[in-house]
Amino acid sequence: MDRKILKNYAINILVIIAIYILLKVLMGTGVISRYHQGIIIFIMINIILATSLNLATGFLGQLTLGHAGFMAVGAYVSAMTAVALKANFKGMPDLVMLIISLAVAAVASALVGIVIGVPALRLRGDYLAIITLGFGEVIRVVINNIKATGGAQGFTGIPKISTFDNVFWITVLVVLFLYRLTHSRQGRAILSIREDEIAAEAVGVKTTHFKVMGFAIAASIAGIGGGLYAHYIAFLDPNTFNFMRSVEILVIVVLGGMGSLTGSILAAIVLTIMPEALRSFANYRLLLYSFMLIIMMIFRPKGIFGTGEFSWQGFYDRYQMRKNALLKREQE
Amino acid sequence: MILFLQQIINGLSVGSVYALIALGYTMVYGIIKLINFAHGEVMMAGAYFAFVVAISSRFPFPIVLFISMVMAAIVGIVIEKLAYKPLRNAPRISALITAIGVSLFLQNLTLVIFKADPKIMPVLIEKKPINIGSLQIGTVTLTTLILAIVFMVILDVFIKKTKPGKAMRAVSEDKDASVLMGINVNKTISITFAIGSALGALGGVLYGITYTQVYPTMGIMPGLKAFVAAVLGGIGLIPGAVLGGFVIGMIETISKAYISSQWSDAIVFGLLIVVLLFKPTGILGKNEKEKV
Repeated sequence: MDRKILKNYAINILVIIAIYILLKVLMGTGVISRYHQGIIIFIMINIILATSLNLATGFLGQLTLGHAGFMAVGAYVSAMTAVALKANFKGMPDLVMLIISLAVAAVASALVGIVIGVPALRLRGDYLAIITLGFGEVIRVVINNIKATGGAQGFTGIPKISTFDNVFWITVLVVLFLYRLTHSRQGRAILSIREDEIAAEAVGVKTTHFKVMGFAIAASIAGIGGGLYAHYIAFLDPNTFNFMRSVEILVIVVLGGMGSLTGSILAAIVLTIMPEALRSFANYRLLLYSFMLIIMMIFRPKGIFGTGEFSWQGFYDRYQMRKNALLKREQE
Repeated sequence: MILFLQQIINGLSVGSVYALIALGYTMVYGIIKLINFAHGEVMMAGAYFAFVVAISSRFPFPIVLFISMVMAAIVGIVIEKLAYKPLRNAPRISALITAIGVSLFLQNLTLVIFKADPKIMPVLIEKKPINIGSLQIGTVTLTTLILAIVFMVILDVFIKKTKPGKAMRAVSEDKDASVLMGINVNKTISITFAIGSALGALGGVLYGITYTQVYPTMGIMPGLKAFVAAVLGGIGLIPGAVLGGFVIGMIETISKAYISSQWSDAIVFGLLIVVLLFKPTGILGKNEKEKV
């Protein structure tokens, strides 16, 4: 790795640790209340969901409208695993229980992703969107009507083991994993499919293989997000995983920029805080939210970052360039 | 047997409402390749227009229906001009998100104006069963079916025989070529939105009358199912939307009656997945070869 990239990693790790310490201190001193802490956890869950959807929609170029379905699979599988673990192994540490539950959830969601993906990814464009939409609705109806999930009454008694600390670090790991993935050999193959599927196939990229792989990874990470959600909220209602939930995640991805992980992170922060901040407008808040969505799309259809990523180095370079240009102009 | 026939007629009636809404989806998709997610909300708006006119005046049903359809057509044109036209050359997914935004906006606007509780739709069509032998058909069911078929025939004649109808077909075939032929594309797109929205409003009014109530989120499920119907029949194709609508309505009614009312939605969406896997372009769709 050349020095510039190493430097970038060092800066990012320091920034992440600084944010973590800052949030911890603010929570310790009570500046961030429990209510705000909840919002922060929801932001991070949304970051996990949005970055994973970004892998499927932004990097792979496959429009998906059923991401909430994968989230639901992960949430329910993780919840059931944790309940079973709690009953059979008394005194298991929370963190171990969480990790096992999330791992099972990730595997289950990935399997569902493969089952949907193998036939559906043969289709192009809008059809995949419609199939995933249909799948999301089917999952919801199934959860609503079987006994194991508690049906329409919801699933109760889930161990509340998602805390700020573990959600924060899992989010960091997920984003890091996705960043490394999209900048690897596999990631370039995935990007080539988005740019031109036929050309990619012509140069020897196994398009079906990489499409299913990308889709399954996106599904499994959405499952992890769902699991964290289940263990934080401790109660699951199948109707929270409806079509609108999928749309919310998609809106975060498109607004941040398809193919930009940092864009998804920023948009997840903005779009999670916005409805909460608008709470004082009561009934008008969703009206304002949808209005802003339309306006943002009309004036910035590519999203905040487009396909680019935000980096401190790039920010610094641009600052230097501007400063140099100014100095030059003064000298002349 | 009588019961089965009764279910068939109910299925046709539900299906005709889906078909009316599906026509709007398919026409818009055919002409600008946009999945107009706000269409379900236009249908809801149509039902609300009818509700407002019906409670504030004593107009008979045909006039209420006419006003509602005209208003919905205007709403459709305004949506297209303000929200979709600026994005005509943007990435398609941005237009899709805008459509979702418009859909949310209309829902919440209705919520703010009329509040969330369902409003009772006034009796616009007198409810009395008509007996044909031992078969009993409600007037509402019958009116729905007849109105839907009449408007479908009008639409068919409009598209095949009139100049604007021909322009619509030309634009959906090839936009650039139709500009060269002297067709006003913007006007044609506006007409498409107007007709689609008016038919959606008709569907909405009939839906509201059948279930005797209107509420802000009433457009979501029928909208989604009508969209499924459009895809099932072959999106972009007008006969496909009608066929898909009737198929979906029939399957839903039959599965509700004979299998389980909770599982009927899963059956409808599951069927869509199966059909798309075997024939991705829908029942009536033709396979197009991809050009490199």
